[in-house]
Amino acid sequence: MSALRLYQIAVIAGFILLLEALCLAGVIDKITMPAPHIIVRDFIQMLLAGRYFGEIGKSLTNVLVAFASAYVVGVVTGTILHSYRTARDILDPLFATYYAIPVFAFYPLFIVMFGLGDGPQVLIGFMLAIVAVIVTTLNGLDRVPSVLKKTARVNGLNALQTAVRVTLPFCAPYLLTAAKLALAYAFIGVIGSEFIMARSGMGYEISYAYTNFDNATMYPLILLILLLSIAANSLLSHWERVLLSRRGQK
Amino acid sequence: MSAAQVTLRGVTKVFPAGAGGQAVHALGPIDIEIRKSEFFAVVGPSGCGKSTLLELIAGLTAPTEGEIKFEGRTIGENIPDGVGVVFQEDACFPWLNVQQNVEFGLRQKNIGAQEKARRAAAVIDMMGLRDFARTYPAQLSGGMRQRVCIARTIVAEPRLILLDEPFGALDQQTRLLMGDEMLRVWRQTGATVFLITHALDEAAMLADRIVVMSARPGKAIDLVETSWPRERDSRIVERETFGAITSRLWKTLREESLKTMGRAGSSG
Repeated sequence: MSALRLYQIAVIAGFILLLEALCLAGVIDKITMPAPHIIVRDFIQMLLAGRYFGEIGKSLTNVLVAFASAYVVGVVTGTILHSYRTARDILDPLFATYYAIPVFAFYPLFIVMFGLGDGPQVLIGFMLAIVAVIVTTLNGLDRVPSVLKKTARVNGLNALQTAVRVTLPFCAPYLLTAAKLALAYAFIGVIGSEFIMARSGMGYEISYAYTNFDNATMYPLILLILLLSIAANSLLSHWERVLLSRRGQK
Repeated sequence: MSAAQVTLRGVTKVFPAGAGGQAVHALGPIDIEIRKSEFFAVVGPSGCGKSTLLELIAGLTAPTEGEIKFEGRTIGENIPDGVGVVFQEDACFPWLNVQQNVEFGLRQKNIGAQEKARRAAAVIDMMGLRDFARTYPAQLSGGMRQRVCIARTIVAEPRLILLDEPFGALDQQTRLLMGDEMLRVWRQTGATVFLITHALDEAAMLADRIVVMSARPGKAIDLVETSWPRERDSRIVERETFGAITSRLWKTLREESLKTMGRAGSSG
């Protein structure tokens, strides 16, 4: 294990130990936050009892649908826009200011339009994720050396074959960054929407537990979301490192 | 004398004016004949349209005026079958290993996977890359990456190989050795080679005939026949006639290079 990795683990462990000490000393009261070892115990009990598996499954399915649809539509849109300079120039101001738009403000409208089901939550996740994917895809495609595109042409590849076999593979590190962003935004969109208004899901259960001072439910669910995000991000980062080291960039 | 494989008649290239700019007359009119199986080189001052000339023959861009024919067929803006190109820049695909990079040259060919692997292995062998077949380009030197690009081009068995300053980014010793490699490839494949270079010694060492181009818009202002034997290598630079050829090339080119630098007529 590298020294850097040891430092990273030490920082996280130190933070958890500090929280543990503050909780045990009563600086952080029990109603605000239980000690980390209590949260871990409640988390294990929750998993062993199979509580909230339905809620967890529903939220993760919605996150996955929002992520996958935003990713596929985003990469395809980015690839097409890259070939149409005028369309890209027209949309550039929208992309530049997109994250200043509070997408959650549209949630009530979506509920009116699509009902209080999974649709509005997936749509919010999709809307939050897609522009990050489009912008990152464009960013990657801008960096494809023209000599690779010329090589594709002299080898007789058409536009679609060039995208699939040359430009998108070249952009793979950027596409992995896009996946990381899309996943984070899909989590924020879906869980956040469940917080605001829903009848089920992890966000809804966290919100419900919060209003009922049920820390034994709220913190384990927050911990689960945290662990899932870190696990997915670590997996994508690992692929990114493999790709970059193969290209001599890391 | 062999028949012409490529003919350029009155070829001109003018790039249209961009926003706020003016049209650029890059090349021509130029007339050139390239014979089958010869090693043909083009030298000229920077910006004279050498690379544009190569892109025209490759079908990567269309001429504004004139006609280019490859084996009797007019080349427009379509890549002619039987033509391969090696560029100056590193054109290896960094996500593919050497074997996969070379096989890429056969992707559009209607042949089976086994035959592709066999042909790629033969070319990898020929280019001295056998021990690096599973290696990724990032782990190779600049000279070896360029050999991968040459292998990817010749695996498709082109009848005309276009080289756009392929050794320009390499050090002098590697360039000389790569020149030897290229001469060997030329003899073994029987293909015609068209080399664009700014290095006079490289052109004099490799080519059977050398065209000297003027400053922009590039026109053919001299044609030098080296009369080298087909069996040759970089040791040809030791011959007296080698010096005479490079001297002649430089004599013609010096005035054109000065024009490029805005110092035409300088005798210094």
